[in-house]
Amino acid sequence: MNRRQSLKTLGLSALSVGTLLEACQPTDTKSKTGAAGSADGGTGSGESGAGQNEAAPTVPGREAWEVKRDQQLMKDKFFTEAEMATITVLVDIIIPKDDHSGSASQAGVPAYIEFVAKDEPDNQIPLRGGLRWLDVQCLDSFGQPFVHCTSAQQIALIDQIAYPDKADPAMQQGVAFFSRMRNLTASGFYTTQMGVDDLGYAGNHPGKWDGVPADVLQQYGVENVKV
Amino acid sequence: MANDPLQIKKTPTVYDVIIVGSGAGGGMAGYVLANAGVKVLMLEAGPFFDPAKDSMQLKWPWDSPRRGAGTNRFFGDFDAAYGGWTIDGEPYTQKGNSNFQWFRSRMLGGRTNHWGRISLRFGPNDFKPKRHDGVSDDWPITYDEVKPYYDKVDRLIGVYGTVENIENEPDGIFLPPPKPRLHELFIKQAGDKVGVKVLPGRGSVLTEALPGNKDRNACFYCGQCGRSCKIYGDFSSSSCLVIPALKTGRLEVVPNAMVREVLTDQEGLATGVSYVNKQDMQEYQVKGKIVILAAGACESARLMLNSKSKRYPNGLGNSSGVLGKYLHDSTGTSSSGILPHLADRKRYNEDGVGSVHIYAPWLKDNSKLDFPRGYHIEFGGGMNMPGAGYGGYVPRVNGLIPGKDGKMKPAGGYGASLKEDYRRFYGATVGMAGRGVALARETNYCEIDPNTVDKFGIPVLRFNYKWGREEILQAKHQQETFAEMLHAMGAIMLHGNAGADTDYGLDAPGWIIHEVGTARMGDDPKKSVLNKWNQAHDCKNLFLVDGASFVQQGDKNPTWTILALSMRTAEYILSQKQKLNIG
Repeated sequence: MNRRQSLKTLGLSALSVGTLLEACQPTDTKSKTGAAGSADGGTGSGESGAGQNEAAPTVPGREAWEVKRDQQLMKDKFFTEAEMATITVLVDIIIPKDDHSGSASQAGVPAYIEFVAKDEPDNQIPLRGGLRWLDVQCLDSFGQPFVHCTSAQQIALIDQIAYPDKADPAMQQGVAFFSRMRNLTASGFYTTQMGVDDLGYAGNHPGKWDGVPADVLQQYGVENVKV
Repeated sequence: MANDPLQIKKTPTVYDVIIVGSGAGGGMAGYVLANAGVKVLMLEAGPFFDPAKDSMQLKWPWDSPRRGAGTNRFFGDFDAAYGGWTIDGEPYTQKGNSNFQWFRSRMLGGRTNHWGRISLRFGPNDFKPKRHDGVSDDWPITYDEVKPYYDKVDRLIGVYGTVENIENEPDGIFLPPPKPRLHELFIKQAGDKVGVKVLPGRGSVLTEALPGNKDRNACFYCGQCGRSCKIYGDFSSSSCLVIPALKTGRLEVVPNAMVREVLTDQEGLATGVSYVNKQDMQEYQVKGKIVILAAGACESARLMLNSKSKRYPNGLGNSSGVLGKYLHDSTGTSSSGILPHLADRKRYNEDGVGSVHIYAPWLKDNSKLDFPRGYHIEFGGGMNMPGAGYGGYVPRVNGLIPGKDGKMKPAGGYGASLKEDYRRFYGATVGMAGRGVALARETNYCEIDPNTVDKFGIPVLRFNYKWGREEILQAKHQQETFAEMLHAMGAIMLHGNAGADTDYGLDAPGWIIHEVGTARMGDDPKKSVLNKWNQAHDCKNLFLVDGASFVQQGDKNPTWTILALSMRTAEYILSQKQKLNIG
């Protein structure tokens, strides 16, 4: 929780402000085992250096291997620049800017997809192969890879793979690819601040739950339902 | 240091009590004994964990590069569980086509840091099931014997609920329950239609300040108990038992201590334990007058089976041969649907508590059914915080429910229209899950794999578990009931109605993380490992206070009973202080 959220909290919460603020401070991990009252002498606090020891967590609430793995994933690169360009066009076709919020690429969805491809490697072949499938289709139909096609050409192709129940069976691989891209795009978009605001999720801060608002009870005719 | 020959480091201190494990059972025993002035050493296989500092509470999905997906941690990046179904270097194996799934949290407080906080007492019939319906075995104790401890646990830890006067669903000393959310009112209506009684939930979350407790704050309704609570508003063994017990000065905790075996002397009494410290990889031995195992039903059985000696050739406390047997986990199936009339619903914060606001206990008459016992139902749904995978159902349901203009369109799509649908169907889903009785069977067990050790050289567990006809028929009933309720609500089913090909959607054993029964209690030392005080028949200064002692699970989650029985055992130990030569 950052400071802005902490302060947002204060106006809404009846709980002990001190406790919460303290709980939000970054912690000194060295004090962790000290506070534990770990056993005296030889039982617990032996020196490390055996080379095969398990490192203590360095980020509060995270295991050391998680931190290491995530750092490595961030460093690695999976998609080529050309592939990323195609992904960027695709995600904005799936979630464009509208009156409520910006587009998927404005929300950083391509970078999220790059991360997921490394974090969940089962995505790698379907995504890489699907992007190539798309380009080959476009070359056949329009003489250009996807990103160099006109918008009208791009949409003409997407229309053939965006509706699973209507699609030509010959396009089934494209349908599977597009469904995967669509799900990844939604996953990446609605888990950003922009996407959460777009959906109107109103929680994740301290407050008091006092039941369904009266106007909503009335709207659904459940004023008299008691559990 | 690195080149020194391996040696065993021994500590001269003789502790009154050594406790292995810091979850619900170990935490409670440590809390009671340390507060009574007993000198206690607690060994925990994982690192120290204090929810006040380590909880991921109130983080946003974008605080995780995978947006909280379950790649590193099965239940997601924010879930308060170090470990999971698999732990690097600590395998377990299966016999034949057994597929038992074993969830381990290696951290102070164990699995209580992330559990669902659903806190149900076992009822009179749950303790005497055979007397009630002739199936499986009775516990050597009655509900009336355990009731005073349930009462004390309620007062010590706090639980919300309502007094209902249902015989096999005993009432507790309750804080007020959270009010129902909108979809929960629909579930209540549906229950009324199809004959499923829906009640306010029962959970260990402080909906009000807990009388007499200044260390914990009342819930602030973020709905994130699974991340553990920074203000100790819910029950975790770490926050509510171990950390308070440390303040007595009578409890010491050694984190990262992976216990190898229980040490015994020539008389067969426990003298302490040996462990490997996972941080320095050195071997240690510590001495205690009493050893209490609370490593989890399977891990405690593993420890005893691995504690072999001339006197205990089949493992410590296993003269009956029962150790490891009667392993059973709750049954589980689930279904979900979308409520078309909740499309484009009004937005407001309905996070509520992170445990259940409502639930449905088992009240049906089994004499009219083709399986014994039953299950309770837990419900989900509503306007949750979006996480990884959000909206996966939308490109499917947008072809099933007319748009705002009243027109149907094909499923799938893209662009402004699809974006509108992601908003339109947000918060419109409901889910339900059954958690039911599996029978304790001698033929379902864990044992030591003769061929495999973990990275510490400790022989690992091999599982053999097969669901019986009773569990499969119960799963069928669950699926039928959920479909009926979803239909009564006007929902379009997203998943459920599983068929015989999948055993009606019955989850793999272990999946519900309610595994118990591996060292069951009983009056007959030939048929049980522990007596009714959780004391080993074969070894009077060895006790087990986790789910291992359960004779037969009920249609309730096990934690509240583990807590009550652990408290009961700790008080028994105090009453036997002289005999057991402690304190």
